[in-house]
Amino acid sequence: MTEAPPLLELREVSVRFRQRRHEVKAIDRVSLTVRSGSSVGLVGESGSGKSTIARAVLGLVPVSAGDIVFNGCTITNLSFKARRSLYREMQLVFQDPFSSLNPDRTIGATLAEPLESFGINTRDEVRRRVAEILERVHLAGGVAARFPNELSGGQRQRVAIARALILEPRLVICDEAVSALDLSVQAQILDLLAELQAHLGLTYLFISHDLDVVRHMCDETIVLYRGQVMECGQTSDLTKAPAHPYTDALQRAAPLPDPRLQKHRRPPLRPVAAAPSGGDPDIGCVFAPRCAYAVAACWSTRPHLRAAGSVSVACDRYPAWRGESKSLSNGGSEATFEFQLPEVR
Amino acid sequence: MSSVVAIEHVEPVSGRSSVVRSLHRRPLVVVAVAFVAALVLVSLIAPWLAPYDPRAQDLSNALGGPTSHHLLGTDSLGRDVLSKILYGGRRSLLSIAEGVVVVLTLGVPLGLIAGYRGGWTDQALGRLAEVLLAVPAIIFVLVVLAVAPHNEDVAMVTFGVLGVPVMFRVVRGASLRVREDLYVSAARISGLSHPRIMVRHVLPRVKGPIIVQATLFAAYALLFETGLAYLGLTSDAGTPTWGGMVGEASAVIEQQRWLLVPPGVVIALTILAFAVIGDATRDALSERTQSSRASSRGRPTLSTPAPSHAGRHAGDVQLLAVDNLRVVLPDDRGEVPVVDSVSLSVAAGETVGLVGESGSGKTVTALALLRLLPPALRMSSGSVCVEGVDVSSMSERAFDRLRGSTLAYISQEPQSALDPTFTLGSQLVEVVRRHEEASRPKARRRALELLGMVELPDPERVARSRAHELSGGMAQRVAIAIALAGRPKLLIADEPTTALDVTVQAEILALLKRIQRETHMGLLLITHNWGVVADSCDRTMVMYAGQIVEESPSQDLFDRPRHPYTLGLLNSHPAMARAGAALTTMQGGVPSPGSWPTGCRFASRCRFVASECTGHAIPLTQQSTHRSTRCVRTAEIFGEVHA
Amino acid sequence: MVRLLLRRLAASVPLLLVVCSTTFFLAALIPGDLARTILGPNASQDQYLALRDQLGLNKPLTERYWAWLTDALHGNLGQSLFNQEPVTSLLDTRLPTTLSLVVGATILAAVLGVGLGIASARSAGMLGRVVDALALVGLALPNFFLGLLLVSWFAVSLQLLPATGYVPFTQSPGGWTKSLILPVVTLALPGVAVVAKQTRDSMKDVSRQPFVRTLRASGISRRSITFKHVLRSAAIPVVTVIGLVFVGALSGTVLVESVFAMPGLGGLAVQATANHDLPLIQGVVVYFTVIVIAVNVLVDIAYGALDPRVRVS
Repeated sequence: MTEAPPLLELREVSVRFRQRRHEVKAIDRVSLTVRSGSSVGLVGESGSGKSTIARAVLGLVPVSAGDIVFNGCTITNLSFKARRSLYREMQLVFQDPFSSLNPDRTIGATLAEPLESFGINTRDEVRRRVAEILERVHLAGGVAARFPNELSGGQRQRVAIARALILEPRLVICDEAVSALDLSVQAQILDLLAELQAHLGLTYLFISHDLDVVRHMCDETIVLYRGQVMECGQTSDLTKAPAHPYTDALQRAAPLPDPRLQKHRRPPLRPVAAAPSGGDPDIGCVFAPRCAYAVAACWSTRPHLRAAGSVSVACDRYPAWRGESKSLSNGGSEATFEFQLPEVR
Repeated sequence: MSSVVAIEHVEPVSGRSSVVRSLHRRPLVVVAVAFVAALVLVSLIAPWLAPYDPRAQDLSNALGGPTSHHLLGTDSLGRDVLSKILYGGRRSLLSIAEGVVVVLTLGVPLGLIAGYRGGWTDQALGRLAEVLLAVPAIIFVLVVLAVAPHNEDVAMVTFGVLGVPVMFRVVRGASLRVREDLYVSAARISGLSHPRIMVRHVLPRVKGPIIVQATLFAAYALLFETGLAYLGLTSDAGTPTWGGMVGEASAVIEQQRWLLVPPGVVIALTILAFAVIGDATRDALSERTQSSRASSRGRPTLSTPAPSHAGRHAGDVQLLAVDNLRVVLPDDRGEVPVVDSVSLSVAAGETVGLVGESGSGKTVTALALLRLLPPALRMSSGSVCVEGVDVSSMSERAFDRLRGSTLAYISQEPQSALDPTFTLGSQLVEVVRRHEEASRPKARRRALELLGMVELPDPERVARSRAHELSGGMAQRVAIAIALAGRPKLLIADEPTTALDVTVQAEILALLKRIQRETHMGLLLITHNWGVVADSCDRTMVMYAGQIVEESPSQDLFDRPRHPYTLGLLNSHPAMARAGAALTTMQGGVPSPGSWPTGCRFASRCRFVASECTGHAIPLTQQSTHRSTRCVRTAEIFGEVHA
Repeated sequence: MVRLLLRRLAASVPLLLVVCSTTFFLAALIPGDLARTILGPNASQDQYLALRDQLGLNKPLTERYWAWLTDALHGNLGQSLFNQEPVTSLLDTRLPTTLSLVVGATILAAVLGVGLGIASARSAGMLGRVVDALALVGLALPNFFLGLLLVSWFAVSLQLLPATGYVPFTQSPGGWTKSLILPVVTLALPGVAVVAKQTRDSMKDVSRQPFVRTLRASGISRRSITFKHVLRSAAIPVVTVIGLVFVGALSGTVLVESVFAMPGLGGLAVQATANHDLPLIQGVVVYFTVIVIAVNVLVDIAYGALDPRVRVS
């Protein structure tokens, strides 16, 4: 099977912030690859650095170390002028449908802005493209004359998606694009995103804290913890047999929508434990303090991301730790259901 | 495979709320603006309008009161007061204009740059502002007048420069807030340069505060100018100024008190006009930021649904029994129901889930039970029984005693639920002492005990900390400790884990379960997360558009839902998707309060809708013990129930 | 806390220096010939040149500045051009009067304002509108006009209180009080309204915050919530406003002391301006700046006491 060429690559990228006298490493030597046409999920809890990765790729925050390569060109820390043309190729859908649209401008004006910014400013052309994109996201044409406060959260998010797509980019980064939406609206938007990918041949980098969403949307998954990659690989492989204890913990923690199955699941992580000998937080595995399987070596050596079968994992105790996990009646976390839809008369 | 995808239509509303438009609606502002406009006009044409030369003296006519020749009387040298007022206005308005122009030309661009760009420009400008603010303006201007006497223009420009820091701070603050809005980042990745973003996105949003500040500055400028004129520092004795006229009037206060009135009144009215415009603009702005979404304007046709048929256990005294709860939002057209005909019960040791999306009314229900509704809402009917006692008619004071001791509450955002100015330990102690007789040391011990009960690793340290020093998970544990302080029988938890990481969520849910096992506490758990329901809830009620649409023991609900909304909502969960296929979604959205249809509220989105669904209100029908549904077609759609 | 105080004080010294230097340069660079202004158009050329020499106007600017600065750092603010007395002694005699007025006005405004604000926050409706109206009126009436009105009613018509003049406390406490009432009320009135409005607005804002709901849900009494919790969180903007009221009252003394003929710094500043007495007016700037800086430091300390989050930064 020929693999598609990588569209986006991060090579040992680090982003450091200064926060009140100490330095915070938002991302710490992260490497990842997004192949053209694929849908890659970036999963992590708060503080994992997933949003920072999105911002770094788009040049909204400066990169302290490492390289970002897009379509073969290195784009790390380019000047705004040099970077501008890239915005026709990569775009971002923001999380908050209320804050991402200027409340004083009509939807039409907001959608026209990227077009005008890149020289498409004949009235007819703009109008045509705005109408076209609104149709693609299944919003009535009349929406262009409305203001954001007249739309529901789901509708606003459709507009945000429309804005991201109006320049016909190749890569779309969805930064928690459905997290602020109700469940039923989330389902609509996820379907829309899937549909758009199929029709427009888009590549997605899908950032979310919700494992279930990522499992549904993405062929590949990257698991982040405190700025570092813990594991990455095909979603199905990760789900069936997580190689990293954190991935395992995440899956076990996320409750299943089925009381019977949920009842038998193992209790989650144990709370933060102290380092065995006052270890340096920068040395050793970043997950060790919370890991149920950590040994002395985990505190002294930072594991590197290495290939392990079909996934890559940053854990030196793999596959040994799996042997230690107590086997359960339902050790895996496969969660697809066959749901019987009733007959309609 | 997806069904026909519905195109989303948007109902037109009265249009966005423009600040200017809302100002039109206030009569006082219109009057104030008209007054200022008239004043400007009159001052411009003063040379043609004034009946006399303001400097022309007529000693024989000195200190005369208002007559037909001199409408406002004459001063101590016989000069016509009305003419002096007209000419004095020219000087005052010019001075105000000078000050305002300086403040705007310097304050706005500098504030924009400092707020939007930040960094060292911001720091430097901030220091400069601090310096300028350190001395009262009037003294600085006096220095200027000492060296350049009677030069009102220089004095007002100096005053303007001294007024720049305040405008600078206001514009900077507003720009800073806008910079954090996501649409600014969005504009950036659409290729807009910073200057273009500032002009197009930041400046329009800053317009409002600028107007507020500029009008207030104009008011102060006039106060200032008239004060200096009163002291005689800005012009020679002959030139007419409003302040000077007050000064002259004070010299003859014993002989002719009337002379104080014309200048005093005109000064006061002008300042008032500016202040009214500024205040009203400020109020209009804060109203706009508070309303997030336009509410629909339809007046609902209220048909009272048939009373609920859901029976209750006879004999067993429920911990909580709610019957036909109804909460309304009174507005100028009557009452808009937000929650109606909600009945539920919770037994000791039981966890009941209340599931719904936004707009379902689940939070309002919880707050109504605790009598903690926001002032805009009120509970219009229904009964609430706690341990068999009807508390709906209880006095406020008596109900206060229930809260914390029988009924407890935890909310979604743990850190903002705790008082930031007190230590957590002291807050716990306060609640403990409210509910039991305890000396300080005893209460302290109990507080530490409670912190231990919620599995916090270092209770002493936590007791000394404040809310912002803890992580979300730890703060929520403290909130639970506070809720447990009064040894409650029932805990109402409103989305307690929504704002927490999934691993922390699992810990908190486990903690709640453990506490329940130990104390036999009842738990009403409000959530929108099916996983949480599956994990924690024995029984579940599904809410939609202010009503309960289904009630069922949890396992049964997942296995065999009996309402199309429950079915649709379950299918919306990503874990329900068949591999590679789309999620079977429900189209459209929840109708908001005020636009609920007469029949089934879910009808417009339901794929099983038929003619009997839309005519009249749908009652909640009981199917078996603890199982009811608000759907008239449930038997046809889901098959008969095997009781 | 002590660290915060020391840091603020340390930052205040350069501030004072910059402000006073700015005043110096402002006076030196404003168009206008000081010597000519003082002497008037009828003076002879000799007199003019002599005065220029005496004022040191012929020396280069930097030299003049340095001389002024070194003197000032030694506590010597020069001599009044008008009566040759040392500026510092002139100002020191008048400082207590001004401080009595300003401190009195601030305390009055703070006490009445906070009380009114709390009352109107707890009860909806009428009282709130009264506070709003009062705030507008308090702003719209110039202080000198208000002072004149009060004099006209209480001193002239009713003959209850003295129209002008100041009685030192040491001479007669009763007389001191009586002479202060009208000017303090004049200075305080706009402040009462502003403080009341801010108190009410802050309390309403804080009452809407989630932690208040948690407190009520815990069964804490409404009284406790208002007076213990809400007031504490609402206090910070109110303290800011009280600081502003103080500075406003200080500025107000320039006019009010003139209306009531009080021998304070404000009235002296006006006279100095009319007499083109530059060293004296510059001295007033220094004194006023020191007072304002002191008040700002006090406000910062109050912040630190009220809001623990501030202490850390």
